[in-house]
Amino acid sequence: MSKSTLTRRGLLKTSAVAGAGLATPTVFGGAAWSAGHTGFTNAPEGSTVTLGFNVPQTGPYADEGADELRAYELAVEHLNGDGDGGMLPTFSSKVLDGTGIMGKKVEYVTGDTQTKSDAARASARSMIEKDGAIMITGGSSSGVAVAVQALCQEAGVIFMAGLTHSNDTTGKDKKANGFRHFFNSYMSGAALAPVLAANYGTDRKAYHLTADYNWGYTTEQAIKESTEAIGWETVNTVLTPLTQTDFSSYIAPVLQSGADVLVLNHYGGNMVNSLTNAVQFGLREAQANGKNFEIVVPLYSRLMAKGAGANVKGIFGSTNWHWSLPDEGSQAFTRSFGTKYGFPPSQAAHTCYVQTLLYADAVQRAGSFNPCAVVEALEGFEFDGLGNGPTLYRAEDHQCFKDVLVVKGKENPTSEFDLLEIVEITPVEQVTYAPDHPQFAGGALGTCNPGA
Amino acid sequence: MDAIILQILNGLDKGSAYALIALGLTLIFGTLGVVNFAHGALFMIGAFVAVTVSRLLTLSHQVIDETRTDFLGNPLKVDVPYIYGWFGESTGAAIIDWAVPISILIAIPVMILIGVIMERGLIKHFYKRPHADQILVTFGLAIVLQEIIKYFYGANPIPTPAPQAFVGSFDFGALIGFDANSIIYPYWRLVYFGFSMVIITAVFAFLQFTTFGMVVRAGMADRETVGLLGINIDKRFTIMFGIAAAVAGLAGVMYTPINSPNYHMGMDFLVLSFVVVVVGGMGSLPGAVAAGFLLGILESFASMGAVIDLIPGINQVIIYLVAIVILLTRPRGLMGRKGVMEE
Repeated sequence: MSKSTLTRRGLLKTSAVAGAGLATPTVFGGAAWSAGHTGFTNAPEGSTVTLGFNVPQTGPYADEGADELRAYELAVEHLNGDGDGGMLPTFSSKVLDGTGIMGKKVEYVTGDTQTKSDAARASARSMIEKDGAIMITGGSSSGVAVAVQALCQEAGVIFMAGLTHSNDTTGKDKKANGFRHFFNSYMSGAALAPVLAANYGTDRKAYHLTADYNWGYTTEQAIKESTEAIGWETVNTVLTPLTQTDFSSYIAPVLQSGADVLVLNHYGGNMVNSLTNAVQFGLREAQANGKNFEIVVPLYSRLMAKGAGANVKGIFGSTNWHWSLPDEGSQAFTRSFGTKYGFPPSQAAHTCYVQTLLYADAVQRAGSFNPCAVVEALEGFEFDGLGNGPTLYRAEDHQCFKDVLVVKGKENPTSEFDLLEIVEITPVEQVTYAPDHPQFAGGALGTCNPGA
Repeated sequence: MDAIILQILNGLDKGSAYALIALGLTLIFGTLGVVNFAHGALFMIGAFVAVTVSRLLTLSHQVIDETRTDFLGNPLKVDVPYIYGWFGESTGAAIIDWAVPISILIAIPVMILIGVIMERGLIKHFYKRPHADQILVTFGLAIVLQEIIKYFYGANPIPTPAPQAFVGSFDFGALIGFDANSIIYPYWRLVYFGFSMVIITAVFAFLQFTTFGMVVRAGMADRETVGLLGINIDKRFTIMFGIAAAVAGLAGVMYTPINSPNYHMGMDFLVLSFVVVVVGGMGSLPGAVAAGFLLGILESFASMGAVIDLIPGINQVIIYLVAIVILLTRPRGLMGRKGVMEE
């Protein structure tokens, strides 16, 4: 028969210790990571390595997420030596040979960001903690990218951002463990302004409708500054709620404002609806200040163009990549993706595919999966053959610098995927900025965190 | 002045959608006593009836065009709708162009059927349960319905344009003596407003001037007594549920050219429509219509640049502010009946 020795004081002490233990973050406490690993978080053991693909599988960007996932699956296939190799033969770095990464077969797990920061962090955390993912990649929103990037920094894994266009991802919210291949708001402004000046002149008055969240603000600022630099005047900037579906009450006053250009700093469903409403209200046919009224969409995606239908015809915007690019790398990827899935890849698919290859290549060159070795291999890395021409992963902010595309809604599309035409390939020099540019002010990379 | 007229016009079409959804909501509440959170999903399903009809009309076979290539460099496969072969190209194209109005004819029986199945299959089991249970089950149903739509149609908005005859806008300002371009209004939004007025009038006339409507109104006032007279009021209320579903569905069909439909559009309208019902007065049909237009117009005014400059953020809260003020001053809403939701 046992005799209980538990006293009231003892119970209180035990509870306090247990409470403190529960209150300590269990996920990224150093000891939690070190078990079974050596020196860094989720060091791969055995013959496989696991990557974590964190994409929107539900919610409004689920279609974009599905395209990202297709690209990731293709990248894994190519890294493991299956399929036609895609961009591996065109990639300037030749260390990847189709035997996985450092001889380890690539496996993957997926998470659903739901395009919500909290959900994205939870799914990334689960992939790191439960599935042993050594790298997290993906996403269709800057809010998600910034949140997951911070989490990966804490956890000591590499984050290769998917589609994120806000300046802040590699500006005030940059992190040493995070890397962005996709272009940003500043680059959109720098690429678009000269094309707008050439097509619409330098004496223009712009009215901005801007989605009321981080990406909207940085895009408005970038387009405003770049168009004002070519002589345009900004008549008004109006924030619109992210949940807005009918923009008629915002669009109706535009013609009375004295503006002759409407800039829609909207993405996804917001852009589809605001552009549709603007066209319904006759802005494309209207005259203002003796000129044709024009509409500009700073960031285009093919899925958005598809949603807006014929309304995108003739409207300028910018994009990171397009399947019709003639370079060898783009064509190889389009052929590979198109043969497997039956339609051309989106820019989101492209950036995700490239990010996976770049990560694998960096590990291979570094000779280690250690995040700090990978960071060192990616910083200042110059490459070519992955679309967009010669590209630099700048060490100071982990942003890729490459050519940017200015596109226009196609007048006579041949299919539902052939909606945009490339107007200009803006050379990288024109979109490059100093690391301390005011639009990217604040924040610091810090030092890489290997975790464990 | 022209800015005010413009925002009133904008408010009318937005109010039309609110009014049509709220009318169905309050009709269901008034007859069956059910708080139906799946009503927004019925609006969304109506919109997807239009998408489906549009896709059926454009069902195609592929013809190879040797002169052009696709993205892989193969000869381009051009889609040719079967309807071109049946009716000739120009007639076929005209039928496809009028897909949205044609959808109205198909949406009426489809939505009534969906409404009746929804009521008989699920909601009738919750008549005697608390409102909280009804809200949970109907909200769950709404999520299931929108996920089904997303599975089949994807998450991306699907453009469903108005017939060419109604594309574009007219200069309403010039008509009433203002400067050119001062009040521009799209044709289809005018059609939407007119259509909603016809539907609202038809529903009121049906309830007011038909024997069926009279029995339903009697049932709304005193269900037990009508039952004691030997009238099967449940059957009539089920039909009213179907009619309410059809009203929401038609609002959805006609809304597709205004904004490209997506699986989530019902939820976007649902919360606002509930506010409309509460402001109008639970169970009051004229209240729902009046509050729909009132809140639609107020929301438009609150989105004006001058108003936002004066009170930043007012555009996002105006409807809820008005709801609070009305409920504080008139707890039963604008035209609420005594005893409804007061037990």
